[in-house]
Amino acid sequence: MMNDIKDWYRSGLPFVWLNAAAVSASIIMVLGLLILIAVRGLSHFWPHTVYEMTYHWGGQDEVIIGEIHDQELVTVQQLRDAGIQLDTEDEIVTRYLIKMGNRDVYGVDFRNVVKPLIMAREVPGDIVVLERHEYGNFYGFLKNVKQSGQVIASGEASWEALQPLLERVYRLYDEIKEIEKSEIGSVNYRIERLRLKERGLELDGKKTPEAVVELDAARAALQGEYRVLEQRLVELYTEIKRDSLTAEVQNGQVVEIPLDKIVKAYRPNTMGLFAKIGFYIGKLWEFVSDEPREANTEGGIFPAIYGTVIMVLVMSVMVTPLGIIAAVYLREYAKEGPLVRMIHIAVNNLAGVPSIVYGVFGLGFFVYFLGGNLDQLFYPEALPSPTFGTPGLMWASLTLALLTLPVVIVSTEEGLARIPSSIREGSLALGATKAETLWRTILPMASPAMMTGLILAVARAAGEVAPLMLVGVVKLAPSLPLDGNFPFLHLDRKFMHLGFHIYDVGFQSPNVEAARPLVYATALLLVLVIILLNITSITIRNHLREKYRALEQ
Amino acid sequence: MTMSGEQTPTHAMDMSTVLDRDVSTQSLENEDICLTIDNVDLYYGEKQALFDVNMVIPRKKVTAFIGPSGCGKSTLLRSINRMNDLVDGCRVEGKICLDGENIYDRGINISDLRRKIGMVFQKPNPFPKSIYENVAYGLRLQGINNRSTLDDVVEWALKGAALWDEVKDRLQENAFGLSGGQQQRLVIARAIAIQPEVLLLDEPASALDPISTLKIEELIYELKSTYTIAIVTHNMQQAARVSDYTAFMYLGKLIEFDATDKLFTNPSEKQTEDYITGRYG
Repeated sequence: MMNDIKDWYRSGLPFVWLNAAAVSASIIMVLGLLILIAVRGLSHFWPHTVYEMTYHWGGQDEVIIGEIHDQELVTVQQLRDAGIQLDTEDEIVTRYLIKMGNRDVYGVDFRNVVKPLIMAREVPGDIVVLERHEYGNFYGFLKNVKQSGQVIASGEASWEALQPLLERVYRLYDEIKEIEKSEIGSVNYRIERLRLKERGLELDGKKTPEAVVELDAARAALQGEYRVLEQRLVELYTEIKRDSLTAEVQNGQVVEIPLDKIVKAYRPNTMGLFAKIGFYIGKLWEFVSDEPREANTEGGIFPAIYGTVIMVLVMSVMVTPLGIIAAVYLREYAKEGPLVRMIHIAVNNLAGVPSIVYGVFGLGFFVYFLGGNLDQLFYPEALPSPTFGTPGLMWASLTLALLTLPVVIVSTEEGLARIPSSIREGSLALGATKAETLWRTILPMASPAMMTGLILAVARAAGEVAPLMLVGVVKLAPSLPLDGNFPFLHLDRKFMHLGFHIYDVGFQSPNVEAARPLVYATALLLVLVIILLNITSITIRNHLREKYRALEQ
Repeated sequence: MTMSGEQTPTHAMDMSTVLDRDVSTQSLENEDICLTIDNVDLYYGEKQALFDVNMVIPRKKVTAFIGPSGCGKSTLLRSINRMNDLVDGCRVEGKICLDGENIYDRGINISDLRRKIGMVFQKPNPFPKSIYENVAYGLRLQGINNRSTLDDVVEWALKGAALWDEVKDRLQENAFGLSGGQQQRLVIARAIAIQPEVLLLDEPASALDPISTLKIEELIYELKSTYTIAIVTHNMQQAARVSDYTAFMYLGKLIEFDATDKLFTNPSEKQTEDYITGRYG
């Protein structure tokens, strides 16, 4: 018996099982994480059934309309301690968290209800859900629809009558957004550049009368353009405010809602499966392509995705050449000695420094020192408002480049070390100098290793939040870091980031319950963005490996 | 060093090969000398690897270096085109002259030198590029990028290396797709594409199968009409088959240097005789 165990032990099988267990545990954890955030995040966009419940509370019945947001099991004792009267034999009851919406009417939009106190639960088909630009969702029954104050439809017919009016409002809304965002934004941007130009001339002492005339003419032209747009906006605003609807909420109160406040109207209880799927896809698309509303708790997160990707790309552009040059120097040119050894130790230790420390360094050195001096030298016309002397895309990317530099250096060095010396000798024997050998043969062959470094760098940088909070990420950026205004890439702008968005929505939001599903959805998206960035680099690397597969010999 | 097939004593058959080739009249006095190696001592750090080596390498002849492993024959070969410069702590004393000019002089441009003295290594080391680009590498280094010039030279070099017929239809394919023997001939083509004066071959066939070895040997025989060739080999039959002159080295010293048929049939030194008859190796 003892011998059997000994033999089994010596056969190495226990270790195989141990390894298998460790691998399985890792895979289960990763899958579990992904499934959790996917389920929690993605179910948010599904059009949930809206219930009308009769709830016995405080000795009388009341009506609650809303969707079931969450449910949990609580002990009856706990509820009794909280002063809730229950006539039940059970020890444990279900407690629902109902999303009632209508924050403007009730002041709160979530409510806990206990299952035994729900007297009746119905699913009326004509309940309308309105997504609004403010105050969150509205749940209620449509009463009538008004055009320019006149009732044009009431009762059953109002839903049908509402649709064309809503279409019109959506169209107008898009037009207004287009004018406000891009057209007026562009005019403002150009006026600001004129102002900076004038100030620059003034500082240089070149503000001649001719220049002033020219600037004024340009400014007058722009202001004319602006006035036209403004006029158009005023018209559009009167147009969009024309229609409204009235609806009854749960306690019989009737409210009037102007149509321009509505983002989307639907009746989830009458939707078929396909309608729901269509709605779901629409909501998902809105989530990834739209801008956030209502303190980031509604709408989409497009600017955050955009900011994350741009930041990672700019960081890659900065860290790759820096890391490769450093690695080539350390591996190919530097003479092995105490200094080089110290540099190696320093590089390896840099990888272990907590990221927030990089943030502090970035703020102190890049933003205040470098940025401040850059402003003094190149942007005196904008002072005292800073251009680069404030957190922004450039400094965030540079800080992360610094953070990920060790990874790129180490993997490039390993790649260079793996190249067989016979290849170098072959090149040198043909009369190539060391530099020519490097350029023509060694660096291309080491490129897969460089890509590996970059992949690791991207994975680390895209998920990093702490340092970014100090050097450039904001809760809500007014404009994207890459847009149609010259010079297109605005390295001085602040930007939004998925990681920070998660933190902000989850913990800084005024309406935590409503925002929680968005935390999961955003987290899922962050993971997807990182996976996508990684797949891109891995594809490039595999392509390079295929091309330079000398190493496998 | 174990006694492997390569080190078996030379048999009558090999001797007859040597004699067949009608080289018995060769002697150094009649040769045009290409390289002279004068009192060369070579050190790797503290350790001395070559001791006072004196010899000459005649032009357009094949000179073979034989000897047991670690005897310094590769070291000597690599010091002829200064490949040893890459080794940290390597130091050379004495003179190696190419056409009367000391290649260890200060003013020597190493790249130019290596262009004149090409080298082929033990293991085929093509670059991870196409066959075409491998051969064109040395020319591109010299700034020759004209397509038709390159085409001509690549074809000429591949023909010179007896590889053209096998690869002419797939010049743009990666060189790693070739067999070991083809790769080695490709490397030779790459070396002759820049038209060196001297070709140094460092055990060029030791990693190849017998058929590829035969092809390489035939190629060496062809090439010697154009190039001065120095070849290091483990294989005494090979040395006997391909070379005109042979140098036997032992423990960093040049023991004997003579015409190949003389050295193999009637060595002057006891050590040489012991080695070629397989008494040690």
